[in-house]
Amino acid sequence: MTERDFPPVAPYLVGREKVREFARAVLATAPLHHDPEVARAAGFADVVAPPTFPIVVADATLTQLLAEPDAGIDFSRVVHGDQRFTYSRPVVAGDELTATLRVTSIKTLGGNSMITSETAMVDADGAHVVTSISTLVVRGEDA
Amino acid sequence: MSAAFELEVGQVVAERTYAISRDTLVRYAGASGDFNPIHYRDDIAASVGLPGVLAHGMLTMGFAVQPVVDWLDARGWVSDYQVRFTRPVVVDPVDGASVTVVAKVGAVDETGARIDLTVSVGEQTVLGKAQVRVTAF
Repeated sequence: MTERDFPPVAPYLVGREKVREFARAVLATAPLHHDPEVARAAGFADVVAPPTFPIVVADATLTQLLAEPDAGIDFSRVVHGDQRFTYSRPVVAGDELTATLRVTSIKTLGGNSMITSETAMVDADGAHVVTSISTLVVRGEDA
Repeated sequence: MSAAFELEVGQVVAERTYAISRDTLVRYAGASGDFNPIHYRDDIAASVGLPGVLAHGMLTMGFAVQPVVDWLDARGWVSDYQVRFTRPVVVDPVDGASVTVVAKVGAVDETGARIDLTVSVGEQTVLGKAQVRVTAF
């Protein structure tokens, strides 16, 4: 596998109940994540997703990466090395996000492979919302 | 002082301890779609050489920012958030795990601040370079 761009995955429609479900799962109790009235009072169209929610949207691109026939990635050997979300604006219920994966760096270090990728997510108007940047460490056979 | 939030570097803005159980992991697996069995099956965790069932890194990243979100309230939003997963959080089937988050101001500027998180289990930190950029509305 080499550094390259992947085709966009099918759009992800951010649902209000999904935002609430995810918020409960990450112990996020702020009313902005649960109550549409509070969110509207703060100037948002609907409930606001917690900061790490885009990982759910990026899941389809992870599937794309792991399905690469020449990647040779054994998922049981994959460890999440680091993660970053860089936002242009918060994700809100009702957003239709289209994610595009780009593998930006592949390094081999002491038998391990480190794959860094960026998944950029744009809204229905094509405006950037958030980019998820991940490094996955694939442990070597002897590591 | 930050023009946006009236903060000083080094100031602790939030501190909280989270009790994580296997239930928490199952709930996160369902909500996130991450069904890697090392997060709920002891036998599989042991077979790949792990000390026990581990919390999803993304679960730890997910709740570690919440004290900052709560402190921020409706004054601003998290515009950038990064962590390095440096040590796994082992979740005992009976006792779970206790994870402490301390959020301290790392830098301030005209539009917001960088909040640095120290996330630890006992004496050991589990996340590295955990930084939250907060931006005023």
